[in-house]
Amino acid sequence: MTSNQPGFRVLRALVIAGVTFAALWFGLRFLSDPVAFAGMPANLSKLVQALIAVVLGVAGIWALFYAGNAIIEALPAKATEILRPYLFVLPAVAVVGLYLIYPTVGTVATSLTDVPEGESFFYNYSQAFTNPDVLLALRNNFIWLLIAPLVSVVIGLVFAGMVDKIRLESLAKSFVFMPLAISFVGAAVIWKFVYAWKPAGQPQIGILNAFWVWAGGFLVDLGVISEVEPIAWLQVIPVNTLALIAIMIWLQVGFAMVVLSAAIKGVPAELTEAAQIDGATERQIFVRITVPSIWGALLTVYTTIAIAVLKVFDLIFVTTGGNLDTSVVAVRQYQEMFRFRNFGQATTMAVILLVAVIPIMVVNIRNLRRQGVGA
Amino acid sequence: MKNRTWLALLLVLGLVLAACGDGGGTDTTEGETPGTTEPADDGATTTEGGGDGTTTAPGDGSGYTELDQALAGEFEGSSVSVWAQWLPESVEEANFTATLQPFIEQTGIQVDFQATPDYETALQVAVDGGNAPDMAQIAQPGKMHQYADAGSLVALDWFNSEKLGAEMTPAFFDLGHYNDTLYGIYYKADVKSIVWYPVQGFADNGYAVPTTWEELVALSDQIVADGNGNPWCISIESQEADGWVATDWMEDILLRTASPETYQAWIDHTIPFNDPEVLEAAEYMSQIWFTPDYAYGGSTYINATWIGETQDPMFADGGPQCWMQKQAAWIGGFWGENRDFIAANPDSKQEEWPIVPGEDVDFFYFPQIEEEFGTPVLGAADMFVMFADRPEVRALLEWMATPEGAAVWIERGGFLSPLTTVPNDSYPYPNDGLSEMVLGATTLGFDASDSMPAAVGNGTFWSGMIDWVAANGENTEEVFQSIEDSWPG
Repeated sequence: MTSNQPGFRVLRALVIAGVTFAALWFGLRFLSDPVAFAGMPANLSKLVQALIAVVLGVAGIWALFYAGNAIIEALPAKATEILRPYLFVLPAVAVVGLYLIYPTVGTVATSLTDVPEGESFFYNYSQAFTNPDVLLALRNNFIWLLIAPLVSVVIGLVFAGMVDKIRLESLAKSFVFMPLAISFVGAAVIWKFVYAWKPAGQPQIGILNAFWVWAGGFLVDLGVISEVEPIAWLQVIPVNTLALIAIMIWLQVGFAMVVLSAAIKGVPAELTEAAQIDGATERQIFVRITVPSIWGALLTVYTTIAIAVLKVFDLIFVTTGGNLDTSVVAVRQYQEMFRFRNFGQATTMAVILLVAVIPIMVVNIRNLRRQGVGA
Repeated sequence: MKNRTWLALLLVLGLVLAACGDGGGTDTTEGETPGTTEPADDGATTTEGGGDGTTTAPGDGSGYTELDQALAGEFEGSSVSVWAQWLPESVEEANFTATLQPFIEQTGIQVDFQATPDYETALQVAVDGGNAPDMAQIAQPGKMHQYADAGSLVALDWFNSEKLGAEMTPAFFDLGHYNDTLYGIYYKADVKSIVWYPVQGFADNGYAVPTTWEELVALSDQIVADGNGNPWCISIESQEADGWVATDWMEDILLRTASPETYQAWIDHTIPFNDPEVLEAAEYMSQIWFTPDYAYGGSTYINATWIGETQDPMFADGGPQCWMQKQAAWIGGFWGENRDFIAANPDSKQEEWPIVPGEDVDFFYFPQIEEEFGTPVLGAADMFVMFADRPEVRALLEWMATPEGAAVWIERGGFLSPLTTVPNDSYPYPNDGLSEMVLGATTLGFDASDSMPAAVGNGTFWSGMIDWVAANGENTEEVFQSIEDSWPG
């Protein structure tokens, strides 16, 4: 029989599926306990285990698709046509469902059902919105949302506009971009040192206070002010929240700059040249032509940063732990979950955050679509 | 083209630099964090008769079934996993590892000890995920109750509790129980009611150790009047657990200004958190914390300084800038140069340290306030609980309930056993003194914040104290009212 006959295709599918199944079965059994399964020496097994895991992971996925495809091809041609796209999209859907949709639904359900006996579904929500600590966290999230994305975008835009077409443009941009490569926790630790406070008269190990005291010392010498005190940037309300927002801005400006710089380069030269010929100044060109042309990119950057800002956790957790009026919803969520073991409140915080992020995400995605990205 | 290569190179460089900065920074934090909760080291025990303890002679049986079987080699080759909150590469980790060695050698049971940072979260996640260690240390009775309620713990009904009850200080024995069932074996105790002071500095200035609250205040005033800096070294920044030092102060003072019944009622919330008696204790506390010039660096220093560095001004080059520090005995490892020395020599003994406890710096009992409430002692302690019921796990837990189970650590110092069978004279400084202090205690109070609901004890009580300090003690009623309002249920 030839390779076109249905009998051959069925046989082929069965063989491929069988081999794949056997390989995965033994591979996974080996991985779960290499010493017992293959009698491997315990000290060698870790390395071999890792190698096999890599091979099995990559080849296994490929083999699964291959076997699935073979099975589908064994079906009548029409069925094959219809089913094939679903086969290839199935793993992605399964993963998204298992790791994203299921937990989300579970979280919402827990926030409604994990209530003391006899209380209504909305007990956790009414508790949350009457708890002064939660209200404070919500207020802080709002302050963050108001300041951080806007300032990041403005600084990023101004920088992108200023360095456009100058010499050493990429060098300048690299410096601004660098913080983006630093994790939130790393940035928080770095800035904790920047903001460090020592009593007046002692060497200031925090660069900000070192500068503050040094500069203040000049003014004292000049007789402008009578004395200068180091400032506990992370302790003084409300300076501490602003100091934390500054870290976020430092982290996000690079992202804003890179995207906006690329967008600026995409503005047709004819437009700016025409404006130049008409006698527009550089500033007029920037405000009247460049900015309107990159409006979509601006909106994308703004909403992306806004989403990151709403979810902010690490920066605050590492520096102030949410004390002294700096808490935000995500920090409350962690505290309720891991410190107080209050699942109802913790999931309620998660849902509040989710609901707050959704409208921004909608704007973000719509805007991306409009620009033809991911449409 | 050239331009683009440049950009790529710089980006790579930037990434590398960022990665270095990131990693380095994170390491530093880990090194500086003494744990997510109150470091519980050193401690108290009530040792009856001060040293005629009966140690079990080898051969005639330990009185514990599984331990005897283990010592006979029946469980050789098996292994037990143990978690504790002692930080990796800390003195405690080194000491506990060494302490376990005799058990491993005598029984052939492998003990996998893991010191875990961010301990409580890590343990909770492991238990929730079904990956609990066989045995784990717990500092807070409330946590043990949670795990027991969740059905995660092995009830120790097979334990020879008659023997344990006879050999362990009753307060600790009782605290290991929950709902009349034994769940935890107390292993290591901790006394918090002590104040450290520089010995030479006191002698040079003719300062006497205060024995009453009035003397304590008088001494503080005198230090200020003498122009010798500030009398008190206080700070409460402790990463995820900011504020716990302040709750210890509150508790220690409340034990001195109210009856044990009131103290217990405060924990159980049968009186409000801001009961007048509690506010009275807060008054005493603010007398030390917020009197101008008393606390080094004022309120900002208190909130902004990491607890391991609280006392640094005591060891300033030109003589002490602050003179008294109320903290449990573990703080000795953080004094001045000791910090770096111990980091480099984790196995070192106290007398090898640059600043020797008992010689350079000594302690006195945090004085009585009201005579009718006697001389109470505030303590905390670590217990071990079991998550897996296997004979070798039982054997290890039983072994830890014997004097041999801590012998190495006791000898090295920094360990107080809750067992009365550990002879008092086997403790090196300062635990011999602490042990006596506990003997003389009219009340043994346990850390109240550890026993309150976590939302208060690990939540608003901590953050409230921070707010209190930030306002320089001027919002006392407001702060205590807000903590009261936050009490769940």
